[in-house]
Amino acid sequence: MKIILLKTAANYLLPLLLLFSVFILLRGHYEPGGGFVGGLIASIAFILHSLANGLDSTKALLKYSPFYFIPFGLSIAILSGLAPLFVGEPFMTVLWFENPLPVIGLIGSALFFDIGVYLVVIGVTLTILFTISESV
Amino acid sequence: MTSNFIILPLLLHMATAIVLMFLWKRITAQRIISVISNIVILIVGILLFMQTWKTGIITMQAGNWPAPFGITFVADVFSSTMVLFTSISALAVSIYSTVGINRARMKYGYFPIFHFLFMGLNGAFLTGDVFNLYVWFEIVIISSFVLMTLGGKKPQMESAIKYVAMNMLASVIFLTAIAILYGLTGSLNMADLSIKIAQIENRGLVNITGLLFFIGFGIKSAVFPLYYWLPSSYHTPPSAIAAIFGGLLTKVGIYALFRFFTLIFIPNEFITTAFSLIAVATLITGALGSIIKRDMRRMFSYLIVCHIGFMIAGLGLFTEVALAGALFYLFHDIIVKTNLFLVSGIIYRIKGTMNMPKLGGLYAEYPKLSLIMAIVFFSLVGIPPLSGFWPKINLFQAGFFGGNYLLIVAMIIASFVTLYVIAKMWTEAFWKTAPPLDPDEKAYIDGFTVLRPFSKLLLVFPVVMLMMVSLYIGFGAENIMVISKHIAAQMMDTSPYIKAVLGNEALNIQ
Repeated sequence: MKIILLKTAANYLLPLLLLFSVFILLRGHYEPGGGFVGGLIASIAFILHSLANGLDSTKALLKYSPFYFIPFGLSIAILSGLAPLFVGEPFMTVLWFENPLPVIGLIGSALFFDIGVYLVVIGVTLTILFTISESV
Repeated sequence: MTSNFIILPLLLHMATAIVLMFLWKRITAQRIISVISNIVILIVGILLFMQTWKTGIITMQAGNWPAPFGITFVADVFSSTMVLFTSISALAVSIYSTVGINRARMKYGYFPIFHFLFMGLNGAFLTGDVFNLYVWFEIVIISSFVLMTLGGKKPQMESAIKYVAMNMLASVIFLTAIAILYGLTGSLNMADLSIKIAQIENRGLVNITGLLFFIGFGIKSAVFPLYYWLPSSYHTPPSAIAAIFGGLLTKVGIYALFRFFTLIFIPNEFITTAFSLIAVATLITGALGSIIKRDMRRMFSYLIVCHIGFMIAGLGLFTEVALAGALFYLFHDIIVKTNLFLVSGIIYRIKGTMNMPKLGGLYAEYPKLSLIMAIVFFSLVGIPPLSGFWPKINLFQAGFFGGNYLLIVAMIIASFVTLYVIAKMWTEAFWKTAPPLDPDEKAYIDGFTVLRPFSKLLLVFPVVMLMMVSLYIGFGAENIMVISKHIAAQMMDTSPYIKAVLGNEALNIQ
């Protein structure tokens, strides 16, 4: 496809959507949002990019096969669950940092679980959609 | 007692699956890691069992949310024994898979999915929360969908459609039942539900909810009349996968039934009668189905259905003796059914067919292997002193004591039919000389002899290992019976379970 409008828009939308997805991810603890929705928005960004510029350029942009996002995200999630064991709390207990970070606010180990989910969702969505568009 | 240790059987499977996903196409590494991790998990399973046996029920409140609000993980002797037997099967199947599963399947993620499936199984055994149980069930069935369709052959797809459709239906019913249960009580914690359900005045509604759960689990564990999907889907995947399905997937439904109907819905006479009749029907129809099948694995599938009846019979009789018998049968069945499908896989590799009239001469060609297989078959039939015999004593005793003669007749018929079909299969496949080939048929080259000695060992070792476990269950029946009786006693008196989850005050307030 050679649609200049889409191509130009996609190039600007990619960083915007990614930024928005991170915003949604960070917003998620007490308000609507979180890793799952954030991951979906991030994958939309990449899919839009692949529609405008072709699959190969998106793959080049990602560097790694999206498949490896899945085990990577899972390991972050599992580690965030394991972290409380080292301070003698049950599995999956949320540990909070003592001081809030600037801009982001107070964060805890639950955020890392969400980041894991975020990566897994990107990995799964992109693997599925790339496989389908390759086989078409 | 609270301990994080009980989450380890799940976490190790999950961690292994993640590591294996990083090594997606490197199948040699995958095989080695999978076997090693299964050995470690088996050791963890043994430790967990010893701990629950010595110190009683272990709990863990995930996320430090107190019960009944958070998700509780509970390991009593029942759970930990199930985890132990599951881990034994998992190790056997994983060793067998290193040779028994072809490379194409391994390249598309056989081993990671295998570990996700066992994570789900262990989770289902260890959770103390109804909704969490549903989630583990979903993990198990989604993994099993992948395993069932992996390879993408046409008959596999056909059977997968039946399998997926029925299991989805079961999940929907299960979920609906959970919703009703939550509406009734406002709780999902099993120990909490046990107290709250007992206080509800409207017993009709409670019974109906219980039966909804029974239908949901019944489809998964293949009881009459909900089993038709099983014999028509279990014969298509490779034997290692069929071994997991046959040995464990129906048993997790049985586990859930035992848990629900001894802890939450204490059966009244109406429900025990219903269970007895369903057990009779399952025993008879499963037995009749196995007589007419000529494909070995289809016949084994019907035997799965038939033997599920023995476990439901234990629930129908609902005395401590009967429950102990049914539990003993459950443990024996996990090992022997897994082994049965592994054996069928070796036979398929040797002969290239499962069709019994076309088989023959196995005993003449492989006398030692046949002897091992014979022990497996005899354990299944329950020839004393092998493992299938002992639980039946208990079930018969409970049946005579309760005057439930219909059930006894059904159990006798089922036992004899099992003996008959296994004897028939033995003469067909092992003793008779192989029939001559059709002139236009190409001769099958024995796929077992051409293997390297080490590969042969990898195929035979798991069968021998499970056979040894079966022999132990048979000859050391006393020990297994002590465990079963202990679990049955825990089932009849649920107060230790409730106390372990909710604390000592929970029962006093009532």
